Amino acid sequence: MIETHLPALIALNFLAFSVIIPLFGMWRVQWSQPLAVLGGGISAILSVYGFITYVNDTPLRYFFGAWEPPIGIEFVYDGLSAFVIMVINVIAFIVLIHSGPISVKEFPRKRMAYYSVAMLMMLGFNGMVLTGDLFNLFVFLEIASLSTYALIAIGEKPAPFAAFRYLIIGTAGGTLFLLGVGFLYTVTGTLNIIDMTAMIPEFADNRAVITGTILIVTGIAIKAALFPMHGWLPDSYTFASSSSSALIAPIGTKVAAYVLFRVILYLFGIEWADLVIPLTWIIGVLASIGILYGSIMAIAQNELKRMLAYSSVSQLGYIILGLSLANPYGFIGALLHLLNHAVMKACLFMVAAHIRMKEGHSDISRFNHTYRKKYPWTMFSFSVAAISMVGLPPLAGFFSKWYLALGTIEANSWVFLTVILFSSLLNAVYFFRILEKVYMKDPFADKEIPDDQAQPDEVKPSMLWTTLTFAAALFLIGIFNVAIVAVLLNIFPA
Amino acid sequence: MLDFLYGHYAYWLTIVLVCIGLYGIIFKKNLVKKTIGLTILQISVVLFWVAIGSKWGATVPVYDPDIPVADAANYLNPLPHTLMLTAIVVGVATLGVAFSLLISVYNRYKTLDEEEILNEIQ
Repeated sequence: MIETHLPALIALNFLAFSVIIPLFGMWRVQWSQPLAVLGGGISAILSVYGFITYVNDTPLRYFFGAWEPPIGIEFVYDGLSAFVIMVINVIAFIVLIHSGPISVKEFPRKRMAYYSVAMLMMLGFNGMVLTGDLFNLFVFLEIASLSTYALIAIGEKPAPFAAFRYLIIGTAGGTLFLLGVGFLYTVTGTLNIIDMTAMIPEFADNRAVITGTILIVTGIAIKAALFPMHGWLPDSYTFASSSSSALIAPIGTKVAAYVLFRVILYLFGIEWADLVIPLTWIIGVLASIGILYGSIMAIAQNELKRMLAYSSVSQLGYIILGLSLANPYGFIGALLHLLNHAVMKACLFMVAAHIRMKEGHSDISRFNHTYRKKYPWTMFSFSVAAISMVGLPPLAGFFSKWYLALGTIEANSWVFLTVILFSSLLNAVYFFRILEKVYMKDPFADKEIPDDQAQPDEVKPSMLWTTLTFAAALFLIGIFNVAIVAVLLNIFPA
Repeated sequence: MLDFLYGHYAYWLTIVLVCIGLYGIIFKKNLVKKTIGLTILQISVVLFWVAIGSKWGATVPVYDPDIPVADAANYLNPLPHTLMLTAIVVGVATLGVAFSLLISVYNRYKTLDEEEILNEIQ
């Protein structure tokens, strides 16, 4: 049964758990987090199993109700979607384990609702990645977005307002996407992606198809927070509760970036997407501006979570830049960065959660050298993730930037190469500023903070070990990057 | 020219509604008015889909032995209309989430004016 129904099981498992959690949660509210971990774990195991089994096979097409497309709806489980599904489900599983103590501290009465909605959000993201139908993609996009708004609204005082602004921008994006799909449907008469791909060459210079493409790319770019459509992101990530931002930041924008991959590389193919307007060039330029803007804004921030949010805008730029290069190196770099950034950002947001939990704030100017003694392992994870973000070998971040740089050289885009290298310097500025505060004594401090009073005061083991898992994963991804790249190279659409 | 204007009236309506919706989202300061703009934007897209599914001189997509099915022009295309049922439901769900967020915002700030709330956050 697992073999034939694998794609549907991975996604629908989350739907089942989003119902099971309220059923048990009404009775015993402390069961909701373990149940969510169980649900995330089942999907993570299934997606890892599926990735190992099917990555080199022909794409698995799952027809719902055995109705064959273009009449029915299908899930397409090919190399790209198997990879992205594995990344998001494993990350979500580990973040859900980590979120237990935070949920007890920050929103004890809303735990059942929180985990149920988190499962719905994962259903939406899994569906977006797996579906092979454009309208179905819209529906999953809205499921994921609506749950994301709800998760962001659980947080500090301004959180509902940040969520509302995200709702306005995000729903406008979703609506533009739907309008674009309507344009494509009028011309091709189908909604199935594989079916539409076969028809695109006939209609590629049709004005309705071009308008539809622009609308779809704009709508998805809003969800992916591509510059200049990133306005919703910093507030949402800052004001949401620590567990929400650790869950949404590594996954949400990545899935939208994946949809851009799907639309530009698979649905249209590079030569048709660029036939009339230089679409990949435009998103490449926007991504480059986003990389620099995000990094510079991150330097200006004084709040750890807000700084990480701006850094997300910048890192998303790398992924989209790799897509816009449209050569194998750029593609590998982008996908590897999708994996690396998900791990790094999850790790960094978890560290922010630890500091918020223990100190009650995450204000960078109030960090001091006692943190090194009080939270040795948390700060170790932070340092690993930060150095990986800057891009020093042998950590994972170096290799994705390396392949992106190779891609820009192959495409002769020297401006983009400069952007990647310069942005690494900017990353170093905003991360080393924190490392300096934590690992060195401030010689100009008004009054000396005594060292000997600082006792080790780490967070609970479940939180600490998950964070350390991500830190270790960064070493492992870096060391075994050749194996990962070999797999990714097979995925690149010929 | 007149033919072009008249023949595409459904699409002109869509364009006008999209513009009104975007105007409401971008320029209105009251959060409820922003939500209304969002609804108008969504409805414009629904109307667009409904318009592309309709046909002159065709009947409902239920098989009738008197009308030959071989000629597709005799029947409406039901797919866009059924899809829009889903899109309307999505729109209603969005409105529900939006209003519950607005209630929460009002309880915390005692106002729904965007600039007043932004002033208070900073």
